[in-house]
Amino acid sequence: MSFLTYLINGLSLGSIYAIIALGYTMVYGIAKMLNFAHGDFIMVGCYVIFSISGALSGNGVMGTVIAVVVSIVLCSLLGITTEFIAYRPLRGAASPLAVLITAIGVSYFLENLALIIFGADVKSFSSVITWKGISFAGGQLKIQGVTIVTIVISLVILICLQLFINKTKQGQAMLAVAEDKGAATLMGINVNKTIMLTFAIGSALAAIAGALLCSAYPNLSPYVGAMPGIKAFVAAVLGGIGSIPGAMIGGLVLGIVEILSKTYISSQLSDAIVFGILVIVLIVKPTGILGKVIQEKV
Amino acid sequence: MKKFNKVISAFMTSAMVTAMLAGCTDPASTATTNSQEPAQATESSSDNGATFKIGAIGPLTGGAAVYGNAVCNAAELAVEEINAAGGINGYQVEYSKEDDELNAEKSVNAYNTLKDWGMQILVGSTTSACSIAVSENTKADNMFQLTPSGSAEECVKYDNVFRVCFSDPNQGIASAQYIADHNLATKVGIIYDSSDVYSSGICQKFTEEAKDKNFEIVSSEAFTADNATDFSVQLQKAKDAGADLVFLPIYYQAASLILTQANTMDYKPVFFGVDGMDGILSVENFDTKLAEGVMLLTPFAADAKDDLTVNFVKNYQEKYGEVPNQFAADAYDAVYIIKQALEAKSVTPDMSTSDICEALKGAMTEIEASGLTSAKMTWEASGEPNKEPKAVVIKEGAYVSAE
Repeated sequence: MSFLTYLINGLSLGSIYAIIALGYTMVYGIAKMLNFAHGDFIMVGCYVIFSISGALSGNGVMGTVIAVVVSIVLCSLLGITTEFIAYRPLRGAASPLAVLITAIGVSYFLENLALIIFGADVKSFSSVITWKGISFAGGQLKIQGVTIVTIVISLVILICLQLFINKTKQGQAMLAVAEDKGAATLMGINVNKTIMLTFAIGSALAAIAGALLCSAYPNLSPYVGAMPGIKAFVAAVLGGIGSIPGAMIGGLVLGIVEILSKTYISSQLSDAIVFGILVIVLIVKPTGILGKVIQEKV
Repeated sequence: MKKFNKVISAFMTSAMVTAMLAGCTDPASTATTNSQEPAQATESSSDNGATFKIGAIGPLTGGAAVYGNAVCNAAELAVEEINAAGGINGYQVEYSKEDDELNAEKSVNAYNTLKDWGMQILVGSTTSACSIAVSENTKADNMFQLTPSGSAEECVKYDNVFRVCFSDPNQGIASAQYIADHNLATKVGIIYDSSDVYSSGICQKFTEEAKDKNFEIVSSEAFTADNATDFSVQLQKAKDAGADLVFLPIYYQAASLILTQANTMDYKPVFFGVDGMDGILSVENFDTKLAEGVMLLTPFAADAKDDLTVNFVKNYQEKYGEVPNQFAADAYDAVYIIKQALEAKSVTPDMSTSDICEALKGAMTEIEASGLTSAKMTWEASGEPNKEPKAVVIKEGAYVSAE
């Protein structure tokens, strides 16, 4: 029974990693850049929810819903703005490293901005999910509301993204941009607009992930997104970066491995084990679990 | 990515350190010119004019000012009381304090200023790093130093330095004793931060001390600074092992997360923390109901009902307008401990600083002091105190004495 409890905890942590990894992998898959500031978009989303739901605390569920919606919208705008100011001018730059370094700069900028505005003190985040959850077997096995909601939301997001990319015109445009920017432009696709949309969706996912992350682990600080961001990046690489179902699988595997290695091996070594698995997977299958081998055209 | 972050942060850190060092050398020279009048010299009225001169050092300005002011105010209060009651061995006591702004170099400057003033005995410094820096000088000068609150192990590495508070790792021993003496639990779980020397040091001493106690450690689980969000495994293991008390030798930020997660999984043991837990009630938006019943080891609870504490809190509040904290209690005790030690060896102020130090070093291992922080304190020659640990418990969002 306790194994099941650990497994469910792992699923819960894994689904949060998965939602963050979906944002990473989308942006990478389409814009071909690693947005290392993604973890900090999560932090911004959390602070927005914290501030708004604090101001609307008398309004019950409505206040929370408004806070989450505003946070999603603001994060999308933040993603679009960041892309426009910091990444777009560098897209044609000689070295792809330029954008990578800029992304790290944006990450530090956001963290320090939050330090100035909100201070370094830890704040306690009130969960956006008030549902207590369900228990089985006479209370021996308890699944928390936030766990169930997290798993369901991550599945819904996965399905929606798959439908969006494969069935809509915009999604097809994204695929075309991912394949070949130059050819996509020739086919009449507005590359800049498409990438902007990608960033908007990716950042909206960061806001959702933030709401769930801070509901499950309610300590809010300017660095709240940093470590989950890195773990989710690992998840995305593990699943095959650029692949949407891969990010989902990578996230879940990572969460479960982390919790189970903490439980059965050592609570200190769990990170070493998680990153060790990444190394092994990449040696055996360099493109990740679901990654496709792309032939570079010469 | 991790590597990138590390490289960048290493670079930034080194840049910051250089900047700080550059900043430090400059004020050093200005600080010596800052030899203001001895801040609070108490009037001397002894027969032959000789007085004991006691100095105190602490951060009176800046981020840690709350600690330094508590120490310096409480020491001043103790000196005034002693003078009003006839002084030490018939001699009045003069008192002076200096600001070190939580900076080790400035603490040494403050020490030199006090030495020029004629200080014979030092109460301080308030914080560990400053105390360690000053102890190099007191050792060279052979001046007796009693730090009220310097808790790092190295603070008392010289034989002329003693302390009032427990050292960091000794909080582990004290916690184990307290839990055993008060029969708080039979099965104990530990959750500690293995990436932090403070936390792992306490945990190690606690585990050693617990071996021959009336409780059993059933789970000991670590986390690291990079992995301080999910505590479900550590809590679940403690729960499965049947721990009825969970020892948390960690800072309050992580502790607030642990309390929240324990609540969602319906696990309600006694949580027992050390001084790092102090502050949990001030986490913004934290539901203090979750901390109900949390115990923490601390030498002083301002609401205790014994005469000594009641009088101290009343006088302190009248004079300084705030409720004294544990730092104030440590410093108040420090002055009375010095008094007792001076009396034990019939020391007079006309003796040299070095002779006073030798006398006090001998006296410290012989006396048995009683004060706010403990009814019975003795000292090892190493400078470490032996005393009964005390705890407070959180009730209705406030710290209350656990006795």
